[in-house]
Amino acid sequence: MTAGRRHRTAALAAAAVALVTVGCGGDPPSALNPQGPQAERIADVWWLMFAMATAVYVVVAGLIIAAAMRGRRAPEGEARPSRITDSSFIWVGGVIAPALILGVLAVVTVDSTNDLRRAEPGALRIEVTGYRWWWDVRYPDHGVVTANEIHIPAGRPVEMGLRSADVIHSFWVPELAGKVDQVPGQRNVIRLQADKPGTYRGFCAEFCGLQHAKMQYLVIADSPADFTRWITRRQRPPGGPASEEAALGQVVFNRSTCGACHSVRGTAATGTSAPDLSDFGSRTTIGAVSMENNRVNLAEWIRNPHESKPGNLMPPTYLPPEELDALVAYLESLE
Amino acid sequence: MTLLEERPEAGEEAVETIWRDAPGLAGFFSTVDHKRIGMRYIYTAFVFFFVAGLQALVMRAQLTTAEADVVSPEVYNQLFTMHGTMMIFLFNTPVLAGFGNYILPLQLGTRDMAFPRLNAFSYWVFLLSGIFMISSLLIGKQPDGGWFAYVPLTEKAYSPGINMDFWGLGVAFAGISTTVGAVNFIVTTFKMRAPGMTVDRLPMFVWSILSMAFMVIFAVPAVTVASLLLEADRLFGTAFYNAEQGGSPLLYQHLFWFWGHPEVYILFVPATGMISMIIPVFARRPLAGYTWAAASLIAIGFISFGVWVHHMFATGLPALAMSFFSAASLIIAIPSGVLFFCWIATMWRGRVEWTTPMLFALGFMLIFLLGGITGVMVAVLPFDWQVHDSYFVVAHFHYVLNGAVVFPIFGALYFWLPKMTGRMLDERMGRWSFWTMFVGFNLAFFPMHILGFLGMPRRMYTYPGGLGWEALNVIITVGSAMFGLGTLLTVVAVVRSRTGGKPAGPNPWRADSLEWATASSPPPHYNFEAIPIVSGRHPLWEDEPVRDAESGDDSATRAYGPEGAVRRETPVTTGLDADPEETMTIPGETYVPFVLALGLAVIFVGLLVEATLVGIVGLVLAAAGLVTWGWRTEADLK
Repeated sequence: MTAGRRHRTAALAAAAVALVTVGCGGDPPSALNPQGPQAERIADVWWLMFAMATAVYVVVAGLIIAAAMRGRRAPEGEARPSRITDSSFIWVGGVIAPALILGVLAVVTVDSTNDLRRAEPGALRIEVTGYRWWWDVRYPDHGVVTANEIHIPAGRPVEMGLRSADVIHSFWVPELAGKVDQVPGQRNVIRLQADKPGTYRGFCAEFCGLQHAKMQYLVIADSPADFTRWITRRQRPPGGPASEEAALGQVVFNRSTCGACHSVRGTAATGTSAPDLSDFGSRTTIGAVSMENNRVNLAEWIRNPHESKPGNLMPPTYLPPEELDALVAYLESLE
Repeated sequence: MTLLEERPEAGEEAVETIWRDAPGLAGFFSTVDHKRIGMRYIYTAFVFFFVAGLQALVMRAQLTTAEADVVSPEVYNQLFTMHGTMMIFLFNTPVLAGFGNYILPLQLGTRDMAFPRLNAFSYWVFLLSGIFMISSLLIGKQPDGGWFAYVPLTEKAYSPGINMDFWGLGVAFAGISTTVGAVNFIVTTFKMRAPGMTVDRLPMFVWSILSMAFMVIFAVPAVTVASLLLEADRLFGTAFYNAEQGGSPLLYQHLFWFWGHPEVYILFVPATGMISMIIPVFARRPLAGYTWAAASLIAIGFISFGVWVHHMFATGLPALAMSFFSAASLIIAIPSGVLFFCWIATMWRGRVEWTTPMLFALGFMLIFLLGGITGVMVAVLPFDWQVHDSYFVVAHFHYVLNGAVVFPIFGALYFWLPKMTGRMLDERMGRWSFWTMFVGFNLAFFPMHILGFLGMPRRMYTYPGGLGWEALNVIITVGSAMFGLGTLLTVVAVVRSRTGGKPAGPNPWRADSLEWATASSPPPHYNFEAIPIVSGRHPLWEDEPVRDAESGDDSATRAYGPEGAVRRETPVTTGLDADPEETMTIPGETYVPFVLALGLAVIFVGLLVEATLVGIVGLVLAAAGLVTWGWRTEADLK
């Protein structure tokens, strides 16, 4: 991977230049800031193509401008003579040079495609199903179900099975890998790996209707030990409500028929058409990364989910303030 | 044969009377003159261009800042769906057909298209299908499932409103216009050329229209089937695309892109044809590598049918199958490269005059070069997995469809409008327009490449702040407003030229092809009083002036000159060598194409509102149109 390192240096340099030029702040989920071998392989392909493309653009654009300018110095009505014949232009520029470049790219394509499609032994299996407009996440080997935030162990390959429950979605974490569509009636596979612990933003990349924009997710790479802790915790029931308020909240939850769509592990709530809430309190975001998970936002969301995510499929719930607070307390206690 | 003996002596006046349209509204609805139809195509398409452009600007207003609330998600989704649909189906495709309609018969040295009534019909269908689709805007129910209308999102279960029916039916309806237009172009090119215009003397624009027309004939049925099966699913409950009932969502994608990728070349190839006419005129020398360029246009036509799967690289198809399409998508760069170097070589050994059409040609080359390069990049499978459906792709295809098609169209406007209206467009305004468009274009679309790398997916109605996307989005909005302003400057130039433009005369650019050989600008109704005899590839640049053919007294040559004209006639020549063969009668004015198109429109409205009675009325009207059409053919020959 020494070539990869060199490209990465180039990548960082160019990314730095880009950031300075546009003067933008923030922390973009950039495909050119790869955090795993798959994204890095693709970034390497990009930097090779970028170098070739820059050379081609400079040479050909230079020729276009030179060709348009040089005649200006010829006397009116006369063409400027040249030793380069028309057919040598066409042969060299139009046939031989592109054929060589495309030949290189063809080899690069086949080679990198094979590498990226190869199954890695010892991969963690995860099944991700796209719904309008959220993600159902299952760990079949552990019997764990969660939603919208996908925990993976850093440094271990992951093989995700991708499906859709309704329309076509597409799974994309730019810092980790390219995208793979989630097509109804078929199971596609994406392979990725995060080299370091960190949080990587993912998007639905195929237009899927009204809230396509707010169908995001997080891939959270934990250290292997943290991941083991995380998944073990979720193999047990979440335990009873931690406080009196939360206990009232659970009553409200059941009475308000939340459980018709949502599930909470080990309770009567077993709905499957909305995100599983068993570890809701430990998640960092609400509404498929629509907003931060805190009590204020959650109360707002329950009262009217259409305020921040218009048209999403969760109906508004009208509750007296103390019941709403209790419900929020219950949900935030789920881990 | 007896007809010949009765022919009176007739000159210019007689010809004028024979070919003239009825004045006023009657002539408006019944004309079959390819020039009037071509102009209408162009003007109508530009109306759609500005509507679709405004929609883009509203989208940009929404995306200028994070979490903006300029429009609702419903409206945003409608805007990007109709922006794409209108630009492809109602602007780019028909505006090129318009130039083809106007210019191609003139370049071939003939008096009209091979099937003038079909030509009128194809315009009326275009207009009515455009009104059909745009009426969704007036009732606030524009299609909202994307211009590509992927299933199952666009199925009734997920898009229950009437919105997507406007799309599904409208696309099938508009496809009729494109298809019959293509048939007309092909037959006209092979049978209507002036004597002496052998195949190796065809102007490059004609080659490009020919290649385009063949692509249309093979590609458009696919999208017609795709949209009609979608409508069958939606209206009649079939399950062609429903995975649960044994249908396939990917079947739709294959059908759609089997048309959709050739469509890019259907637009791009005629645009290169325009460029290949403009560059030699202003470099003052014939196109370098004529045979190379013609062969490239044909090669692109073939290869364009082997690349559609590169729109589906992320759908989980087998890698080996995708590699084939990856390779084909790389290979298609070679004919494009050849074209490029034909243009460069032409300029290199010429003396380029920097007129407005030439500026647009140069801008086109600098933009398309980048769009072509990024096109090669997205053919590389793994790279495509990363940038697919991101703003990188939005940048790429605007460099191709806006930069490499709209710039040539604007260049063609400055180049050919003087022929069509008889008035020059103001060069100073043209230069302002070009530079505003060129700078605005690059400001608007170049940063989108970077946005794509930074992870911004397409078709988001809003985005969160703090991801480093804001500054670029501001630049993009500024650029698009500037681009829009640049296009308006051309509108000003066009409007001003109609009253105050310098008279163009027959050949203001000292150009080489036959459209500039007509006696005046705009050309007379009959184009050529006497059909020109072609003795070279560049009739007006040959050492000898173009000769007028004289009428003979045999059936092949009797319509060459104006002598003895009693009805609208034009010669037919042989397919390859353009030897005299036959004389054909050009039908006179008729309402029948309009009635037939109207009947079809009523049928589609009936399907849209699911009203059987309306459908039946449409069927009756269309049947009446068809029967009369057949009837009139007999009458015309008497």
